Amino acid sequence: MSSSCPFFLRIHPKTMNRYPLWKYVIIAVSILLGLLYTLPNFYGESPAVQISPLRTAAKADTALLQRVEEALKKANLIPNGMFLDAGGVKVRFADTDTQIKAKDMLQSVLGNGYMVALNLLPNSPQWLTSIGALPMYLGLDLRGGVHFMLQVDMHGALSKALDRLSADIRSSLREQKIPYIGLDKDSTKITVKFRDPESRARAEAEINKTYADLSLREQNVRDEFYLTAMLKPEAQKRIQDSAVQQNITTLRNRVNELGVAEPIIQQAGADRVVVQLPGVQDTAKAKDILGRTATLEVRMVDDERDLAAALRGQVPFGTELYTERGGGPVLVKKQVVLTGDRINDAQAGFDANNQPAVHLNLDNSGARIFRQLTRDNVGKRMAILLIEKNQAEVITAPVIREEIGGGRVQISGRMTTEEARDVALLLRAGALAAPMDIIEERTVGPSLGADNISRGFNSTLFGFAAIAVFMTIYYQVFGFISVMALGVNLLLLVGLLSILQATLTLPGMAAIALTLGMAIDANVLINERVRDELRNGISPQAAINAGYERAFGTILDSNITTLIAGIALFAFGSGPVKGFAVVLCLGILTSMFSAVMVSRGMVNLIYGNRRKLERVSVGQVWKPVSDRR
Amino acid sequence: MEFFRIKRDIPFMSWGKYTTTISLLTFVVAVFFLFTKGLNLGVDFTGGTVMEVGYTQPADLARIREILIKLGMPDASVQNFGTSRDVMIRLPAKSDISSARLSETVITALRQDDRTAEMRRVEFVGPQVGKELVENGALALLVVSLGIVAYLAARFEWKFGVAGIIANLHDVVIILGFFAFFQWEFSLTVLAAILAILGYSVNESVVIFDRIRENFRKMRKASVPQVIDNAITRTMSRTIITHGCTQMVVVSMLFFGGEALHYFAMALTIGILFGIYSSVLVASPLLMLLGVSREDIVKPEKKKEEAEATP
Repeated sequence: MSSSCPFFLRIHPKTMNRYPLWKYVIIAVSILLGLLYTLPNFYGESPAVQISPLRTAAKADTALLQRVEEALKKANLIPNGMFLDAGGVKVRFADTDTQIKAKDMLQSVLGNGYMVALNLLPNSPQWLTSIGALPMYLGLDLRGGVHFMLQVDMHGALSKALDRLSADIRSSLREQKIPYIGLDKDSTKITVKFRDPESRARAEAEINKTYADLSLREQNVRDEFYLTAMLKPEAQKRIQDSAVQQNITTLRNRVNELGVAEPIIQQAGADRVVVQLPGVQDTAKAKDILGRTATLEVRMVDDERDLAAALRGQVPFGTELYTERGGGPVLVKKQVVLTGDRINDAQAGFDANNQPAVHLNLDNSGARIFRQLTRDNVGKRMAILLIEKNQAEVITAPVIREEIGGGRVQISGRMTTEEARDVALLLRAGALAAPMDIIEERTVGPSLGADNISRGFNSTLFGFAAIAVFMTIYYQVFGFISVMALGVNLLLLVGLLSILQATLTLPGMAAIALTLGMAIDANVLINERVRDELRNGISPQAAINAGYERAFGTILDSNITTLIAGIALFAFGSGPVKGFAVVLCLGILTSMFSAVMVSRGMVNLIYGNRRKLERVSVGQVWKPVSDRR
Repeated sequence: MEFFRIKRDIPFMSWGKYTTTISLLTFVVAVFFLFTKGLNLGVDFTGGTVMEVGYTQPADLARIREILIKLGMPDASVQNFGTSRDVMIRLPAKSDISSARLSETVITALRQDDRTAEMRRVEFVGPQVGKELVENGALALLVVSLGIVAYLAARFEWKFGVAGIIANLHDVVIILGFFAFFQWEFSLTVLAAILAILGYSVNESVVIFDRIRENFRKMRKASVPQVIDNAITRTMSRTIITHGCTQMVVVSMLFFGGEALHYFAMALTIGILFGIYSSVLVASPLLMLLGVSREDIVKPEKKKEEAEATP
């Protein structure tokens, strides 16, 4: 330091423990900001209902706000406040009872076009929210909810793609009038069999032209001519990537149907998806809707082959044996005519006989295929299969009476209203591009979440109190200053967590407590150093200065090693551990500031201006009676 | 108040023989239990399902077991958790049943028997995820260790880095030994505690190392053991008070943190206690063993700074 101010060889004792004004300003500003951003955490949250439009046709505007207001008035439910923002209309209620009643009422009034979800809204005043001061973002273990990790079955994705391709190849060959004997599909390839090499050559040219994703190979088996088509590696990769993306989109749609506020759905790694649903109470329903891979397939029923033989175990080639829901066994052709991808909309309702039914609306090409199918097959039976988790079920196998155009299809099997609604939901929300398995689940009930908050809070509170009492008794004024600095540390840490909106978990709360316990180390180091210097007979002002200066290097070193551990935990940890690591790292940073700068500022304010400082209140400084060494 | 009124430097280094023996012994015992008993790995690492079910009255464990056996889950373990009204059910990982549905089946059956049964928490971890978590945990431990050695080597000298990390890995092994001996559940949070302790007790070594470095500059006539003894003695007070404060928070977690933080706080407690011991009585003797000398620290060209530091 002496080299930087050439006019003074030694720092003057009078200015030694004084801070320039800007340092005090920095301290004051950071404490003020800390207070401001910590404030929202004290207001708590109130139950609310969030209404957001699901389709682009429905808009969140003042008209919707009015509709909601009127509906609530009619139902005699009094809101505590409501407002419109980018996400939709949000209505606050006094208690959860009214909240749930209002949710059910609004859902039935507004219908399918809107998502009505339960939510918690911070109670903090508008001015705080408008400067971005929000309460800390609580993790699922504190607020209750479900966390899922789903793994996308990549083989399933490829197999489904091949399914689609084989149906397309069939129709291409038929359109081009290229004769073929048969077409087989297994999990990795499609094999088309021809009687003569000429038709194979024509087919090869046609497939090469239309399907760029396939690589073809010729093969001769006895007197038949095979053409084997496999997916190119780059096509495989593309299909897998888009399968994950499509699944995420589908999951998002399904979650919207469930009515969850602030869901998190994101890709984790190459083939995994993380879904977090805060505040979801009915986990069984959530799991059911998310995990289901329902898709619809329309196939033809084979009534010409021998059903009795199939029942004995000899299922004819190219067909599969199913049992119709509530009916007898049916033989269904393996060839898929139409899949659920072609569905635009699905609604639950009733058919002409007042039986529960699902009304489907097909897209253009779906409608064309369906019209052609029904025209060509009048008098025959078709089967509508619902496929869930690789298990297919024939919902219904009606006889085709006439050509059906316009893409409107009605499925009425023997289902309950509930089942019809679920099927409609799943079909509407879209099919998954590939099956998914839940490979990790963490569910925390709302009561446990509240318990966890109070546990984390109490641990911090009593830990802090114990340290405060001890430090003040042992180091007196310096101890009190240390405690104040520790308080500032806590304030800044909570403020920082609120600003960053980092997820706070129970291990995160443990980390808050732990960083407090560790942060006090810096002040203990300083106070011990000050005592040490006093013991060596240095004047009080110089002892304070030397104590802080000398302790700083040690504090830096020891904090960096903990920071290394924190960063590694963040990099390799998952879920709750990551939350721990974030708080640990932030806590180290805030403690460096508060323990060194804030406490020094306070010491300087108290002692720095005294001309003749006889005593420093750092507790008893014991000196050996006999001369040292 | 002043707790530590130490007149002379305590000759820690002359006890080196005994302390090293004690350390080696505890280390060997810990390793022995780790291998014979093994860690009681939690569901995070093994895969499987854990359910916490709350009742309004003390739960009848035998009855719950019976229900589970009827459901075809004879290998489920049922225990009280915290209070007599809370029950923890563990179901091992099974490949055939869709494990995600397992918890639903169980809670439905329990509700049928007693309507007050409330699902408090479910954790299901698939076997492949468990394996990854084990790998990531090991990797994190490795990275933390290497990072600390590298930092200490850069800031002090390689001998300090090696001594510091060995002393602290010794703590880690002892914590693991405790968990193996008592068969406490080793979960992800416990792993987090261990890694935090690794960072924290290196602090301890750093503080002493800092003093050793300072003493090498100041006490020019003293021998190496004298330098180290003085460094440890002079930081003794700070060591005990800091750890005492951290321990106060940890004790508060043990009392108020509930079951979820119980083993976390337990790992920290053991880590803090052995952290004091190892940085004083393991790291410093190791440093001597590695042959630390004044020349390692005090480079000839730093004479000017040295002169300033001398009081």
